Amino acid sequence: MPASSHSEISAIIDANEQQILKEWLEALRQGASLETGRIKEPELNTQAKGFFSHLRGALREGGLDVRSRGYETLRSFLAEVSRTRALKGYSPSETAMFVFSLKRPLFDAAAKSADASAAAQRGWEINQLIDELGLQTIESYQKVREEVILRQQSEISELSTPVVKLWDGVLALPLIGTLDSARTQVVMENLLQSIVDYGAEIAVIDITGVPTVDTLVAQHLLKTVAAARLMGADCIISGIRPQIAQTMVHLGVDLDVTTKSTLADAFAVALQRMGRTVVDVDSIAGRTAR
Amino acid sequence: MVETPAETLPISSGEDVVRVRQAVRLRCVEAGFSLVDQTKMVTAASELARNTLDHGGGGSVLVETIHLGNRRGVRLTFQDSGPGIPDIARALQDGFTTGSGLGLGLGGAKRLTNDFSIESTPGQGTRIMIARWKLT
Amino acid sequence: MERIPILKMGDALLITIQVDMHDRLAMALEDDLTQKIVQSSAKGVLIDISSLEIVDSFIGRMLDNIAAVSRILDAQTVVVGMRPAVAITLVELGLALTGVKTALNVEKGMALIGKQVASARGTSGRNAG
Repeated sequence: MPASSHSEISAIIDANEQQILKEWLEALRQGASLETGRIKEPELNTQAKGFFSHLRGALREGGLDVRSRGYETLRSFLAEVSRTRALKGYSPSETAMFVFSLKRPLFDAAAKSADASAAAQRGWEINQLIDELGLQTIESYQKVREEVILRQQSEISELSTPVVKLWDGVLALPLIGTLDSARTQVVMENLLQSIVDYGAEIAVIDITGVPTVDTLVAQHLLKTVAAARLMGADCIISGIRPQIAQTMVHLGVDLDVTTKSTLADAFAVALQRMGRTVVDVDSIAGRTAR
Repeated sequence: MVETPAETLPISSGEDVVRVRQAVRLRCVEAGFSLVDQTKMVTAASELARNTLDHGGGGSVLVETIHLGNRRGVRLTFQDSGPGIPDIARALQDGFTTGSGLGLGLGGAKRLTNDFSIESTPGQGTRIMIARWKLT
Repeated sequence: MERIPILKMGDALLITIQVDMHDRLAMALEDDLTQKIVQSSAKGVLIDISSLEIVDSFIGRMLDNIAAVSRILDAQTVVVGMRPAVAITLVELGLALTGVKTALNVEKGMALIGKQVASARGTSGRNAG
């Protein structure tokens, strides 16, 4: 009688509510590593009781079909539990244990039934129900982690591509960290767009903070310089380390680019090309005084 | 999301080349390509469409959106029944040209795309397939 | 047949390409421009391509040719306003346009031509004296 399976499970839960909750909480307390302080006992109690009441509602509304509408509130409640746990640094199995540890208490309650075959049938249904809910938990957990990774990726790429204005018409791009091909591409597109936005005639690409440059990255750098030239801007590469200089030479690239050892030197060249110079204020003051 | 079905466009005049460029642009926008990726694909399409017209004596291009798992891409298949390319390896080298161009068409189109394949039978025609995938 | 207009601005000719050019239009422009340089004895040619969404090898070759022809006719060519995506693609395509001078926009391009014209006059003046 599949139509009444869920009501029988509901009946089992109703009859044994206090016992099941008590055993489940006990299991949760052991599994939740309360001593690490990631979760407090009252919070654990609230989560368990919340889940339990939503489960009873879901059984009533949606039977045993976890994907049905009746389970919507339970699913979103579980998703929230997974989310907070994922953010607190729980492992996937620690998170899934929240649901799985309910299995044993429910089994035990079902086993009390006088009818052995009915008990076995209920046990199987409970097993499936809890498994599906557990999988949902893991899925939500995974989704949250992926969101975190995506957010971090975009934060890193934003943080690592600051195009800064040094002077009217002069931009600098201080590159820091290892450059892979994909990141270099993003950085370069950013730089070229900034050249348009600022109307900059000179861009200094400073690679002091780049530990190594492989062949592909060096090629990307040179391509950027070529692209900037096509747009009408000049690039100066500064901060080239000795071994990077060697890589570039081994590439056999005729460096048709102005290179300077420091950002300061590059800035001086840029100012010169813009028809400007930096002077010592005291020396001017002294001259006018005399 | 609605996706434009595959379409075949004729290439028999300079105006057709322009129309191919526009169709490929729309297709790339629909596939969610970045501006740079769109530009690379449209430029490659322009090179190959002109090759089809100038060297193949006209032909057609099949424009389609393709899927591989979660990735989306755009694939173009150019086909002509012209004289064919006797030495493909040489035709792919930069600077090699039988026409009036710079000889960057084939090699350039290859560099601008992720997948490139070419089949050619002298006297029967040439089929060139290129594809570019959206960066994820 | 449609034509791309060529405007005269002082010593320079200004061409703004605003349409997706088919090849015959590009070739017509090359011819028209050559005529116009001679007629107007222009010292500079400014080609604004900021509206162009792509530059393929054919258009690239046209720009190269215009620059080479102008040079022979004693005019300096400056291509202005190339979009970043277009520039990246051209480099990938293998087209460096080495014979062509570039500037970010029309204003900077005009300034560049003005400077070239002034320095050319300066040199010829010194030679004469």
